[in-house]
Amino acid sequence: MTINLRSFVLICIGVVTIQNVGAASATLEKIKSTGTVTMGVRESSIPMSYTTGDSRFDGYHVEVCRMILADIKDHLRLSTLRINYQPVTSQNRVPLVQNGTVDIECGTTTNNMARAKDVGFANTLYVEEVRIAVKANSGINTIGQLAGKKVATTTGTTSVQLLRKHEKAKGVNFDEVFGKDHADSFLLLESGRADAFVMDGSILAGNIANSKNPKDYKIVGEILSTEPIAIMVRKDDPEFKAAVNDAIAKIVKNGNMPKLWNKWFLQPIPPKNIIVGLELSPATKNAWANLNDKPAEDYQKKQ
Amino acid sequence: MSLDLGVFCKGTLDGEVVDHCFSALFRLGQNADPSYLDWLMKAWGWTLAVAGLSLIIAITLGALMGTLRTLPANIGMNKALVRLSTMWVELFRNIPILVQVFLWYHVIPAFILPLKALPSYWLVSIALGFFTSARIAEQVRAGIQALPGGQRMAATALGLTTFQSYRYVILPMALRIVIPPLTSECMNLVKNSSVAFAVSVPELTLFAMQAQEETSRGVEIYLAVTFLYALSAFTVNRVMALIEKKTRIPGFIAPSGDVGLAH
Repeated sequence: MTINLRSFVLICIGVVTIQNVGAASATLEKIKSTGTVTMGVRESSIPMSYTTGDSRFDGYHVEVCRMILADIKDHLRLSTLRINYQPVTSQNRVPLVQNGTVDIECGTTTNNMARAKDVGFANTLYVEEVRIAVKANSGINTIGQLAGKKVATTTGTTSVQLLRKHEKAKGVNFDEVFGKDHADSFLLLESGRADAFVMDGSILAGNIANSKNPKDYKIVGEILSTEPIAIMVRKDDPEFKAAVNDAIAKIVKNGNMPKLWNKWFLQPIPPKNIIVGLELSPATKNAWANLNDKPAEDYQKKQ
Repeated sequence: MSLDLGVFCKGTLDGEVVDHCFSALFRLGQNADPSYLDWLMKAWGWTLAVAGLSLIIAITLGALMGTLRTLPANIGMNKALVRLSTMWVELFRNIPILVQVFLWYHVIPAFILPLKALPSYWLVSIALGFFTSARIAEQVRAGIQALPGGQRMAATALGLTTFQSYRYVILPMALRIVIPPLTSECMNLVKNSSVAFAVSVPELTLFAMQAQEETSRGVEIYLAVTFLYALSAFTVNRVMALIEKKTRIPGFIAPSGDVGLAH
């Protein structure tokens, strides 16, 4: 009975504390009351968001998110904030954010209008360019040369649709082969089952840097598409999104972004000390200068 | 959660509703760009093609290996055949199916170069067919061993050779006995064909993963795919039931319900 009474009192205190914060945001309330937050991360999206072994996660977007959460921790006047890492896949990331399993997803999610119906996107900090990777000795330099060739891409990504559109617009006919994940698609290119691998530039650069002989591959051709990659939050919680965007504005203002870019894209990164070697693109620089959450459709109109 | 089945009438290129949603299925109209429904049907075709091809391989090899395992081990050649078929069964049923698919796709063509020229659906069908053949072989063996020993002796007493006694006495009865477990195995094959997505055969599972990403209507896409898998497996079930009924010998294996009349 005494225990019951005590827990009852504790619950009352808890309720009072929550009300004291006065935030209407369910996510912020949850973070405040539990002292924990769940971050959605990817297993192998080098260097954006990936595991460095032993259930530890790191990457460009993961580090940005840790900075954002540190800012939110200060904002909520919490002494400690525990971050739980939840690995997500291309298939389950949107449902997991929708149903509240994941509070903030820091992976490689393209901000587009179809997804914006289900989830919210923070301001873009990385603009992806979809490119073509081929073997260095293949002699392929443009998308036109892919006629009759086998082109690999990963199931469950926007690149597949993009490839179909290009095929139709340019009248280039090629065979699509689908890898079940990026590593699998790269294996298709490596083993000669595909002549080209069409995917986000950072993923291509990461896979090439990670391969046995990075010099055997090169990224060629025109930019097939430009897509904003953004941090994903719940749609029905504009206050949490505003808190995240405030934190992003602070990080950008402090001049942290060029340092982060240098760290993850130009310097050796753990666990194998590979160098991705992707120069900062004008599109990404522009996104930092004019923070916005425009979907991919707006980027395509500009071209 | 509201269902929006209209997603299947949308084009796969621009996401706009196509002109001939259902009529294109019956070749009454032609869409400029394929709709998700057109793509779904194509994916179903691939699932059935892979399942059908591997079924042929599985039943042929399964019946053969199962029979070989029961050969009387009285002469040297038979002993070798029994050993070969036992090795076959143990090899292919002790490795997970997904691993076998990857072996056939990535590893074996690296050693046997002509296999590289084979399209991936053939390699998957071989992998699925060999895997299932090991299981079918065990069922055929069980069917043959379920027969009373007197059958084989009677066949020998009539002066039939080993081949003739299998062809005219043992197999006609054993194969009828194993139809019920074979039915399960054939249905499993339809469902197991979903591993083909891992080696980029554009079948139903790959369609589901890709289309739900493009349309953000995962529930509708997965419901449709589930329905088509269930429909395919159930059709196999009905066909096998029909075969069972048509090949039944009165008085040999009784229909369920009047078991008492069997003997």
